[in-house]
This record gives sequence, C-alpha cells and structure tokens, in this order.
Amino acid sequence: MSIGEAVGLRKSETGIAGFDEITHGGLPFGRTTLLIGSPGAGKTVFALETLVNAARTGGESGIFIAFEENSRQIIENAATFGWDLAALERDQLFFLDAKLPATVVNSGSFDLGGILAALTEKAAEMKCTRIVFDGIDVLLSLLNDPEAERREVFRLHEWLMESGITGIITAKADASDPHSTERYAFMQFMVDCVVILQHRLADRVSLRGLRVVKYRGSSFAENEFPLIISEHGIDVATFGAAEMEHAVSNERVATGVAPLDTMLDGGYYRASSVLVTGAPGTAKTTLAGSFVAASCARGEGALYISFDEAADQIVRNLASVGIALQQYRDAGLLHMRSMRTEVMSAEAHFIRLKTLLRDLSPKCMVLDPISALSKTGGHVAAVHASLRILDYAKSKGITVFCTSLVSEPDALTESTETQISTIADTWIHLSYVAAGGERNRALTIVKSRGMKHSNQVRELILSADGVTLAEVYSAGGEVLMGTARWEKEEQVRAEQRRAEAARERARRELELAEAEAAARIAVLQREVEARRAERAVVDVEAAEGTQRAGTTRHAIEQLRGGAPTGGGTTDSASKRSGTPTG
Amino acid sequence: MPDQERVPDAGGDPVLALRLYVAGDAPNSCEARSNLAAILEGRSSDAYTLEEIDFLREPLRAMRDGVIVTPTLVKVAPVPVRKIIGTLRERASVIAALGLDGGKGV
Repeated sequence: MSIGEAVGLRKSETGIAGFDEITHGGLPFGRTTLLIGSPGAGKTVFALETLVNAARTGGESGIFIAFEENSRQIIENAATFGWDLAALERDQLFFLDAKLPATVVNSGSFDLGGILAALTEKAAEMKCTRIVFDGIDVLLSLLNDPEAERREVFRLHEWLMESGITGIITAKADASDPHSTERYAFMQFMVDCVVILQHRLADRVSLRGLRVVKYRGSSFAENEFPLIISEHGIDVATFGAAEMEHAVSNERVATGVAPLDTMLDGGYYRASSVLVTGAPGTAKTTLAGSFVAASCARGEGALYISFDEAADQIVRNLASVGIALQQYRDAGLLHMRSMRTEVMSAEAHFIRLKTLLRDLSPKCMVLDPISALSKTGGHVAAVHASLRILDYAKSKGITVFCTSLVSEPDALTESTETQISTIADTWIHLSYVAAGGERNRALTIVKSRGMKHSNQVRELILSADGVTLAEVYSAGGEVLMGTARWEKEEQVRAEQRRAEAARERARRELELAEAEAAARIAVLQREVEARRAERAVVDVEAAEGTQRAGTTRHAIEQLRGGAPTGGGTTDSASKRSGTPTG
Repeated sequence: MPDQERVPDAGGDPVLALRLYVAGDAPNSCEARSNLAAILEGRSSDAYTLEEIDFLREPLRAMRDGVIVTPTLVKVAPVPVRKIIGTLRERASVIAALGLDGGKGV
C-alpha cells in the first residue's frame, strides 16, 4: 500500500482526511490502536468517524462501546456532522452503553471477562470488523488498583488480538496525574499504534493537534499535525507530499489594471501566488477587486474570501471605483464569502477554504486580508495555515491573490515575518507617500519571480472609472505624486506652450523680414525700371540734340553761306554723344 | 428462563430480588458468589430471590441488561434499582446498598 511498511502489514483506512496520509494507509488492520488525549481533543469523534466511514464506504460493521458518555448523546452529537447514525445503527453500527450510573456501588475487584464474552458473540453476529472502546480510563479508574488495571488492559488487548478486529481504545491522558501516566506507559507498550491528540489554547483560540508516536511495522509522519473538528467531522491538516510537484504554467492572467500588466510584462502567472501588502486604505482590496473582475470577465470563476468585512460592503465600495462585481455574483461566476477570523482557528479556516475550493473549483481566489489569520491564535499556526492554503491552491492551478495588512514604517520586515512573502511569487507593495500636504498611493513591485518587471514606483490612482497607474516624476531624489505630480505636469505643459509660442513668434518675424526683403526687392526693381526709363528718355533727348545741332549748324551755314566752323557748341555735342548709353 | 416476573409480589414488605451477573468461574465471579452467600446467610429464603446470569452462557442477554463488568450484583426490587460492581468484598457497603441494614439488622 505504501512505502516503508513491513511486508503483509494490512491497514484499515480511517477515511479521515489527512490521517490516512500520515500513517500511509490508516490504522493497523486487525490490531489495536491507542488514542490518548486531553479532554475535548476529539478522541470520541475521531474513533466514531472511523466506524462511520468504514460503514458508509466499505460496508463494514462496527461496535462502539461508550464508557464515558451516553450513546444517545454521542448519536445526537454525530448528527451535527451530518452522520445519520440512526440509519447505520440498524445493521452496521452497534452502540453499547457502558457508562456506569453514578449510583453504582463499587465493592471490590471486577473484570471485563463477561462483557468481552458477550462482545465476541455480538461481533460474530454482526460480522464486525471494527470496534471502539471509548473512554476506557473511566472504567479502569474504578478498579483503583494499578495491577488490576494492567490485568484488564492486558485482557482487552488479548481479546482484540484474538478477535482480529481492528480496534481503537481511547483514554484521557492527564500529564499531571502520575497514575494515568503509568497506565498509559503500559498501554502504549502493548498496542501496535499510539496516536496522541492535543487540545490547548493559544491566544484564547483553541488549537488541536494530532501526533502518531508509535506504529509497529510501519513508517509514519512524526510531526504534530493540526486537527480540526469541522462540520463534516475530523480533518487532519497535512502539508501534502514533502516534495513540491506543482505543474508550472507560463500562462499569464490579467491583473485587471492595464498599466500593471505592462509593468509585469503581461500579468501574473497562472497558478502563482500574489501578495499585496500595504497600510490600511492603500487600495489593496481595490487591486483584489480588479483582479477578480478581470477573471470573471474572461469567464473564469473566482472566489473572494474576505475576513471581517461583509461581501456586500466590498461590492458596494468597489463599485464606487468602477469595479462592478455584482453582475458576476449574479451570474454565478464570483463567489464571495465573509468569515470572522476569531471564531475559528487558522487551521479551521484552512479546512473550510479547502472545502470551498473543492466544491466551487474557482480559477482565482482572493484572501483579503490573509494577515487576518494571524489573529486566530498562535503565530506559527497562522503561518502554517497560510502556507498550506497557498500550497493547496497552487496544486489545484488556482491563482491566489492575498492582501496583507502591514503598518507603514516596517512594512517589509513585517511581511517577511509572516513568511507569506517568501512563498509568494509576486509581491506588490502599496504605500502612502506623504508630501506637499497630501498622501498619495504608490505601487512598487517588490519581487516577481520568473518575469521581467518594472522597478519603477508608480502612483495608483482611483477614480470612478477604475484604477490606473500614473508615471511619477522624480525630482531631486523624491518622487512627485498627487498635486505635486499634477503641478509638475502642468509646468511641463506650460513650458511646452511657451516654447511653442516662441517658435511661432520667431517664425512670424522671419516671415515679416522675408516679406520686407521681398518688398525692398520690388522697390529696387521699380527704381531700376524708373532709371531705365529715365535713361531712355535721356538717350532720345541726346539723339534729338545732335540732330538739332547738326540741323542748326546746317541752317546757320546756310544762313551764313559759309563753311562749317568748329565752335564751342560742336565740342559739347560730340562730347555728349560719346557717353555710353547703357 | 428465570425472569423478573418470577419475583413474588409480597403484600407488605417487598421481596428483595437480586441478580448476580458472572463470567463463569472467573476468580472475581467466584469470590462474589461466596461473598453474597455470606451476606444472605441466615435470611429466610422467602425474603429474597437470587438469580445468577452467566455471561458465558447467555452473553447477549447479559449485555442487553446493561451490565458491563463482572461480577455485578443488581437489586431489581424493591425500587430503586441498584448496581453493585466487584467482588462484594466490602460487606457493609453492600448491605447498605441492598437496604438490608434499615432496622432489620444484619
């Protein structure tokens, strides 16, 4: 059946979640198991559940001998676990009331010889394979004689060995009572398997544990495991296999905030665990809401577990920042559960979550805030429970988004203390940056395994339209956010406007200058034309002048009747005609 | 089979009806037998009835009667029903439990 056990050692499954895992198959078949525990540790429930499970699933018959409680009480209590003992009692379960009345007179030694003879008969009649002697110590203490006690325990053990029935003997253990210690030392020595149940209080929260201390011929997990009495019965919380063998996915799931997807190079890995830490009011729940909304929008079922905050309140609050979850709840995609942390221990929460995950099989889960579990008594228990939840979800391919409430100054130290940050694949920290008379939300990716991610601090902005991230400005070693960022942005815009205006002005001036130059060219052109016209006039006059002079001379010569003479007028005229025209 | 109906219904003083549950000849059972015989010695046989039920012969009946340990002495009548477990070694407490001390002496 399992590793490390003696050849031929058969085991009887208990059907108790976790226990069969710890013992690699259950109780030793046909042998005796001693179940020791303090009052209220769950001995009776454990023993009874082994009978109920065997009767229900294996069709086995069992006898329950109740030394401590009235069998009617036991049956009534069992009804709270949904075990219909009345139906089983008809032919598969037999209860023997072995509680002696308070009025019984104890007068000397007695033995179990008679009742064991009767049980032999009854067992044969029922074809009984399992038997429980619950609270044997109550009867043994009446003997008031350690030697007689040992004799009866021995008798009982002999009878069990001979009958071949798988037996459980339960007994109260009281560490302060040397007599009971001695009694159990002897019993432990005799039986094949010893299981100790513990019940203690840590920070006023009840914690139960189970430990196998002896198992003849078989290997077993030796640690103490948390034990829960849930609404279905006993549940022993195990870590599962020592080696982690989760299927790893390269698929990304959207964060629900587009700029964050970009920062994470595409989103969270599927089946990874995301931790978002931050002080109260840093929008952890908003990021969680965005994540489940994105999941539901893809048509993937999601489970939202809130601790100490009502689901309806979360839905209402998220609606104010544009995250509409109600539609997905109505569509049956989103399941929301609100739990009160201090009602149950962390382990009990774990068991409950496991049941929910099994029943609803969501693709994404939010635990808001997972830090609430540490309020449930016992730091170690809370850490273990948290780790187991993440581990279990991972094994089922569920992407888990946890928020964790931390106080601002030592946020990162605190988160590390809870150890969740160690196993979280992606860790986002939200903080307030207070400057310039306001507090703004800043988002940093502290780590994100196996993906490149932005190292920038971004400002997280909530508006009625949803969540977005803004670039932040760093100036003089400080990041600017909120109003400061807006001012900076405005300043940049103003500078841009100024620069643009200056360019425009320069352009206009140049245009003007160009126009002026062109105008000057036109003027000069006109001047050239004017001069040219002028010169033409002069040329014409000159030609006319020469002609006139000639004519005049000729006329004078004619008038004088003489030969032409070189006079002053002739000189000036020739001079003028010698002037170049162009 | 001896049964409860066999207990005579005495007019005045109710008759003492006893049952002794034993496991064959186991040492404790034998001791109880002789201790009980000593207690009842000298009493008129009309004053009581004694029925011995042996687990080894009638195991299921004994169990149905709600007896867990052997030996067990049950005072069936008069009421209240009383159970005395053990070898009946402590004579005084047995006599008190059976109501045999009240004025009658031992």
